[in-house]
Amino acid sequence: MNIHAINAIYRFEMARTGRTLMQSIVSPVISTSLYFIVFGAAIGSRIPQSHGISYGAFIVPGLIMLSLLTQSIANASFGIYFPRFTGTIYELLSAPVSYLEIVISYVGAAATKSIILGLIILATAGLFVPLQVVHPLWMMLFLVLTAVTFSLFGFIIGIWADNFEKLQVIPLLIITPLTFLGGSFYSIDILPPFWRTVALFNPVVYLISGFRWSFYGLADVHVGVSLGMTVVFLALFMAIVAWIFKTGYRLKA
Amino acid sequence: MQPIITITNLSKTYASGFQALKHVNLEIRRGEIFALLGPNGAGKTTLISTICGIINPSEGRVLVDGHDIATDYRAARAMIGLVPQELTTDAFETVWATVSFSRGLFGKRKNPAHIEKVLRALSLWDKKDNKLITLSGGMKRRVLIAKALSHEPTVLFLDEPTAGVDVELRRDMWQLVRSLQDSGVTIILTTHYIEEAEEMADRIGVIRRGEIILVEDKAELVRKLGKKQLTLQLDAPLERLPTELAGYQLDLSGDGTELTYTYDTQGERAGIIALLQDLNRSGIRFKDLQTTQSSLEDIFVSLVREKK
Ligand SMILES: Nc1ncnc2c1ncn2[C@@H]1O[C@H](COP(=O)(O)OP(=O)(O)OP(=O)(O)O)[C@@H](O)[C@H]1O
Ligand SMILES: [Mg+2]
Repeated sequence: MNIHAINAIYRFEMARTGRTLMQSIVSPVISTSLYFIVFGAAIGSRIPQSHGISYGAFIVPGLIMLSLLTQSIANASFGIYFPRFTGTIYELLSAPVSYLEIVISYVGAAATKSIILGLIILATAGLFVPLQVVHPLWMMLFLVLTAVTFSLFGFIIGIWADNFEKLQVIPLLIITPLTFLGGSFYSIDILPPFWRTVALFNPVVYLISGFRWSFYGLADVHVGVSLGMTVVFLALFMAIVAWIFKTGYRLKA
Repeated sequence: MQPIITITNLSKTYASGFQALKHVNLEIRRGEIFALLGPNGAGKTTLISTICGIINPSEGRVLVDGHDIATDYRAARAMIGLVPQELTTDAFETVWATVSFSRGLFGKRKNPAHIEKVLRALSLWDKKDNKLITLSGGMKRRVLIAKALSHEPTVLFLDEPTAGVDVELRRDMWQLVRSLQDSGVTIILTTHYIEEAEEMADRIGVIRRGEIILVEDKAELVRKLGKKQLTLQLDAPLERLPTELAGYQLDLSGDGTELTYTYDTQGERAGIIALLQDLNRSGIRFKDLQTTQSSLEDIFVSLVREKK
């Protein structure tokens, strides 16, 4: 293991976040706060409580997931895309580092950022609505697993993309809709049976359901299924990354 | 002594189908300065990038100090420092941060004293806290060199290190390259300035259209191909050469007004004096004279042209 290299890349990436603090931390916090004000306080006050949880509190896990998914992807994809774009990737490719070390450091840094962000949003949410976390360890487990899984996904996008548009397109056209439709703002139980079945094909449903369960003990699907699905995604993305490095896809001519 | 780099049958065909390297065989000697010359698009950067792991070879094998670049890449790459042709740097990092980063990336533990030494040697010390985006092109070039030297490589690749660099800095760079050689570093450089190769290199390789067409000791190359000529413009045309001068390698021009003496650059100068005295004795007067020496540049140009 080239520990010095992992350390160097990780710190480099974290320093980049420090420089773009506004973009990385502040703007997601502001947009999440707006969700709370609009959905939680303004509209949510008219929606009846279910299972003794206010609507504002109900949407907290979904909102955190929304930020976690989009930010993990954005951080990781940008982290690896940018050196490809500027050409500084030559140094990474010529360094005595293994693919595993590259992935650990880039994905690790991106995941760290989104975990910190998730916790900040959680704290922000606490200012607006009464929060409870029934299963804190499960909550952290889902937080970390999701951050890592979708940072890996972002890493893949960052390698696949060959322009800035492609970098944006998957988060915008796939992840955001799936998250909105995946039960961020409602329980899929309220859907008619047909649409409920359709919703179960949306992978984000499992992530949000499991995460919400760790907060309130309420879930659309069994928590074991949520965990299982998360691990399946993790394995899938790992396999893709392994293939990328094995073939040098988009990295080496 | 075992060569520091052994390249065997190395070929590279890009995805476009273009073959940029064709069965290259080359050995780089330990501790030498090797200059790789060749016209634009000859494959210099491709060759270097392949050795450094940036490009996947299509065929062939490269050993760096006995370590295969494919199977034992960690050991091979740890020895190599690369200064790329393109000026690619981060923008918002400081000089100090980016050079320290390189050292870490190559698996070396922190050593601020070494980084300081490198930065001072490249006259970058007073810029150490500047962001890279604020540096001029020549300074960025030096930062790339500092990054390559940050991890104490034993082999250094310099891909056109003096492109776009002013005269003074070029001198500094030559100085640096020499002192690196003195400390035991093997240096492979590419350049389009022939005088640079002539000044610096121990051996010269010429690559053309992906093929190495010549590898030779620089001194040997100049000696072999470098002839000096003395041309005399005669006062009065000569019918034919006097027999007293038969001992010299002389050519008389068709109209008899020009006499050309071809001699080896390594030959002793006394040859010319004697010739001039003998000419005087034979009553041959001349109004003007000039000497020309084929430089490496002439040699290079003729090589590249000849084999087209
Ligand atoms: N990624 C690539 N895909 C396809 N062809 C390429 C690629 N990179 C380089 N080439 C081609 O390979 C050939 C060799 O390029 P290379 O960059 O090695 O030349 P060079 O000797 O370094 O030239 P220069 O003196 O201009 O730097 C050129 O014809 C170039 O167009
Ligand atoms: Mg080149």
